[in-house]
Amino acid sequence: MINAILIFNNHGKPRLIRFYQYFAEELQQQIIRETFHLVSKRDDNVCNFLEGGSLIGGSDYKLIYRHYATLYFVFCVDSSESELGILDLIQVFVETLDKCFENVCELDLIFHMDKVHYILQEVVMGGMVLETNMNEIVAQVELQTRMEKSEGGLSAAPARAVSAVKNMNLPEMPRNINIGDLNIKVPSLSHF
Amino acid sequence: MPAVSKGDGMRGLAVFISDIRNCKSKEAEIKRINKELANIRSKFKGDKALDGYSKKKYVCKLLFIFLLGHDIDFGHMEAVNLLSSNKYTEKQIGYLFISVLVNSNSELIRLINNAIKNDLSSRNPTFMCLALHCIANVGSREMAEAFAGEIPRILVAGDTMDSVKQSAALCLLRLYKASPDLVLMGEWTSRVVHLLNDQHMGVVTAAISLITCLSSKNPDEFKTCVSLAVSRLSRIVSSASTDLQDYTYYFVPAPWLSCKLLRLLQCYPPPEDGAVKGRLVECLETILNKAQEPPKSKKVQHSNAKNAILFEAISLIIHYDSEPNLLVRACNQLGQFLQHRETNLRYLALESMCTLASSEFSHEAVKTHIETVINALKTERDVSVRQRAADLLYAMCDRSNAKQIVSEMLSYLETADYSIREEMVLKVAILAEKYAVDYSWYVDTILNLIRIAGDYVSEEVWYRVIQIVINRDDVQGYAAKTVFEALQAPACHENMVKVGGYILGEFGNLIAGDPRSSPLVQFNLLHSKFHLCSVPTRALLLSAYIKFINLFPETKATIQEVLRSDSQIRNSDVELQQRAVEYLKLSSIASTDVLATVLEEMPPFPERESSILAKLKKKKGPGVVVVSDLEDGKREGGELNGGGDRGPDSAMSASNASTPSPSADLLGLRSAAPVGAAAPSAGSLLVDVFSESGAGGPAAAVNDDGFLSSVPPSAASEDLAPPLPEADELLNKFVCKNNGVLFENQLLQIGIKSEYRQNLGRMYLFYGNKTSVQFASFSTTLNVQTKPVEPLVEGGAQVQQVLNIECITDFSEAPQLNIKFRYGGALQNITLKLPVTINKFFQPTEMTATDFFQRWKQLSQTQQEAQKIFKANHGMDTEVLKAKLLGLGTALLENVDPNPENYVCAGVVQTKSQQVGVLLRLEPNAQAQMYRLTLRSSKDTVSQRLCDLLAEQF
Repeated sequence: MINAILIFNNHGKPRLIRFYQYFAEELQQQIIRETFHLVSKRDDNVCNFLEGGSLIGGSDYKLIYRHYATLYFVFCVDSSESELGILDLIQVFVETLDKCFENVCELDLIFHMDKVHYILQEVVMGGMVLETNMNEIVAQVELQTRMEKSEGGLSAAPARAVSAVKNMNLPEMPRNINIGDLNIKVPSLSHF
Repeated sequence: MPAVSKGDGMRGLAVFISDIRNCKSKEAEIKRINKELANIRSKFKGDKALDGYSKKKYVCKLLFIFLLGHDIDFGHMEAVNLLSSNKYTEKQIGYLFISVLVNSNSELIRLINNAIKNDLSSRNPTFMCLALHCIANVGSREMAEAFAGEIPRILVAGDTMDSVKQSAALCLLRLYKASPDLVLMGEWTSRVVHLLNDQHMGVVTAAISLITCLSSKNPDEFKTCVSLAVSRLSRIVSSASTDLQDYTYYFVPAPWLSCKLLRLLQCYPPPEDGAVKGRLVECLETILNKAQEPPKSKKVQHSNAKNAILFEAISLIIHYDSEPNLLVRACNQLGQFLQHRETNLRYLALESMCTLASSEFSHEAVKTHIETVINALKTERDVSVRQRAADLLYAMCDRSNAKQIVSEMLSYLETADYSIREEMVLKVAILAEKYAVDYSWYVDTILNLIRIAGDYVSEEVWYRVIQIVINRDDVQGYAAKTVFEALQAPACHENMVKVGGYILGEFGNLIAGDPRSSPLVQFNLLHSKFHLCSVPTRALLLSAYIKFINLFPETKATIQEVLRSDSQIRNSDVELQQRAVEYLKLSSIASTDVLATVLEEMPPFPERESSILAKLKKKKGPGVVVVSDLEDGKREGGELNGGGDRGPDSAMSASNASTPSPSADLLGLRSAAPVGAAAPSAGSLLVDVFSESGAGGPAAAVNDDGFLSSVPPSAASEDLAPPLPEADELLNKFVCKNNGVLFENQLLQIGIKSEYRQNLGRMYLFYGNKTSVQFASFSTTLNVQTKPVEPLVEGGAQVQQVLNIECITDFSEAPQLNIKFRYGGALQNITLKLPVTINKFFQPTEMTATDFFQRWKQLSQTQQEAQKIFKANHGMDTEVLKAKLLGLGTALLENVDPNPENYVCAGVVQTKSQQVGVLLRLEPNAQAQMYRLTLRSSKDTVSQRLCDLLAEQF
């Protein structure tokens, strides 16, 4: 089982944390710091496995990680998982992110945190692996995006239109309409 | 086109994140966050109902703030509201917030469950998946109660979409793990197992996790999965790299699923069905063969995936442990990996070999790689890998390579990472002890260990070396010499001082003959370390000093001087001060004999499981205990040397008599005697010594020839066992010595330490439980009277009983000691004779030849003399005889008897009522191997009793 998935950058700033076992919030942050401390001092050409830190359960758990440019991807797993299998899984996850975001970078993870979570959910569910086929995962994500867009077309745009109108100082609008100038009422809306 | 649309995200969220990123300091960041939290809170609380978009935006912001490490204590309700939105994106963010931030005992679960219920019955696969994810991520018991019945239905229903099936399988797994009692498989079992045959590989991937977990818990119900798993595996392994299309990962067909299938098979023994087994062996061979083929890609992902399968296959082979052919191939394959340039593979090869080393088929094959592993320990740059190498060396160690492995581990220790030193030290200590053929090597190893890594040597380790030295007389001299040399290093570790202090205190005499290590040199060496040591070590050294006074009377003045100095006798530490005061008094008041008794060599420690092994087990998690358990198995072959858990220092304090202990009366008072003994000697440390209460009862039973403890057993208690047949023999062992093991069987060991002075004595009885099981209702009865001992003796523990003895008048029957306890259910009942004999109350008397013969003549009445002529039972070595006669308690008089071959002794038996002078003459006849023993004393019973006792000794 995968107990936790942590992504943080070279300075230890968390970019995604996902625990599949309950830890109190405070402890979660300590685990991130401890894990960063353990992982960041390792050279790039040493092996990708090490025993878990004391907070997450010590030697019963392994930290399996990969370092990509500015980001560390760390999976904390128990002994029922294959080490090399998890390494491949990290690769699958990262390649999927890359496909979904086109040349994914740290900024994508920051500004689209929710999306990263959704992608991860298609790979890992409740600590177990749901799907390893990248094309299948990407297909699911595309489906979500289509649904989002279709909703965006029908409802999100009006919602934003309304808020934009609010910002424009609402009282003026009715006044204009009251004047009864029919030419402006429908076309002007399409700008929003 | 990117699958994720970047442009139309939430603007407010992006602005907020940018603000945070632009913050120059931590304080600015916190300020910005607090401002945002206040803003969101007011929005949530405000009168205006928020639209879905705003809620979604704010919930997203909260998630971001949470990621930065701030507690989020509101917003849960808004998230729950989002769940019931019919817009996908709003629902999605609501579920995400709940998965990340709601724990399983939240009060909101009921509301969440409602939303989930709606989504599960919506028949919209996307919504169903969201709901199933949420259950799998929260996994609370309440959720299990609500959905444990529903989810198996979704999982096996014919019309469920594949993606929903996948989610349902993992969701069910999570519920089963959290609340196994609520997930009733029964009717679903066979349909779940058949998911292994599903067309869709994604479904199989998810289902196999579920099946593996269920099989490990209920192997019998799920055993049909074995043949299905084998056939699935076989299809994957034999497929061309393109057959599985999307599930081919860098030219390797379905690596993840293959690994999981091999894991599932590890829940079961080898298949019984010949055809299935044949097919499986074929698969395993194919996997091993593929490892030798040239790679289809140079990418690391290709070899990774291939090797992931290979390692799982090897694990399965090791798990079966029944195919020697495959085991050897596995071992060879791992051997290749040991030298691979990929660090990951070296790491995993070392790890797998560790388990392989415990198989009888492959232990020898593993041993052939010893040089490579040692090399790995020396040259690997990665501490994780070095640690695996150390583990493997430990696992592959046996008698044939122990010396090499231990010396390599020792030399590695000098540069080892701090994080693994303590564990390494324990391992070295265990191997050294377990495979020690000669004990000087063992002592060298442990002392080296202390020298190299003294800080990491735990108490167990140095206790152990002392226990072993004390238990094995062949190594004592060597140990004394070696610690003496080790202590001469200018900077030596405190643990070395402890070991040195203890061993020189016990066995310093063995090297004192050499002028370079004369008593005074030894003392000065130890004392030069004193001021650098901590309090416990100083206390130990003080005890060593008093032992020195006993061993080497010539050091007495020097040591007394040290003890008397202000820094000792007025030390601010109570323990040190007490020791200094007591030892100073002891050395100035007690006669050499008393001193010799109090400070006699430590008796051997009871043989027990090594406390170090226990420590290692405790230190490592269950994964490593597997290895140690194996060792337990091997140990039954008798390779381990015993020793107690008791630290030497605690044993020492027992001999110091400063611990209050339950004391008990031993000897009753004879009513005829003047009862002056009611008042115990004032200032005694002991609770009560000479109680009068015994006077009424037992006195009636005392025989006329004036003796105290000849109470018939029936008077004390009906159900006491008769004395053991060997009771007299055991008693005789103690005529000439005061300390030792009185009795021992499989369960119980009784040790004795005793000391006598005039007509008084004190005896410590140590009842040791040799088993790991508690003794219940433990009681001891003397045929006089005792205070009760602790009624429970824990497994491996020892209880102590102190007896205070006064000799009222002379006697010939030894007191009887009855021990009763429950071991398991059975009542044990043992009666022994307590080794209290009349000679214990001897005071030696020095006299000249004239005096001796004058008295000899005075005691010439026939009843005053007792004589025996008997055959020698033991060798007639002069030194041994002398030692025995001294042990008897009399003074051995030199140059008295005209025949130098003869021995004469004189002493006074001290009883409360009278003093009985005793003269002894022992005439050995070496040619005939006979002795003539003559005793004369002023009391006939004494002469006779002593004569009987002594005739058994020579």
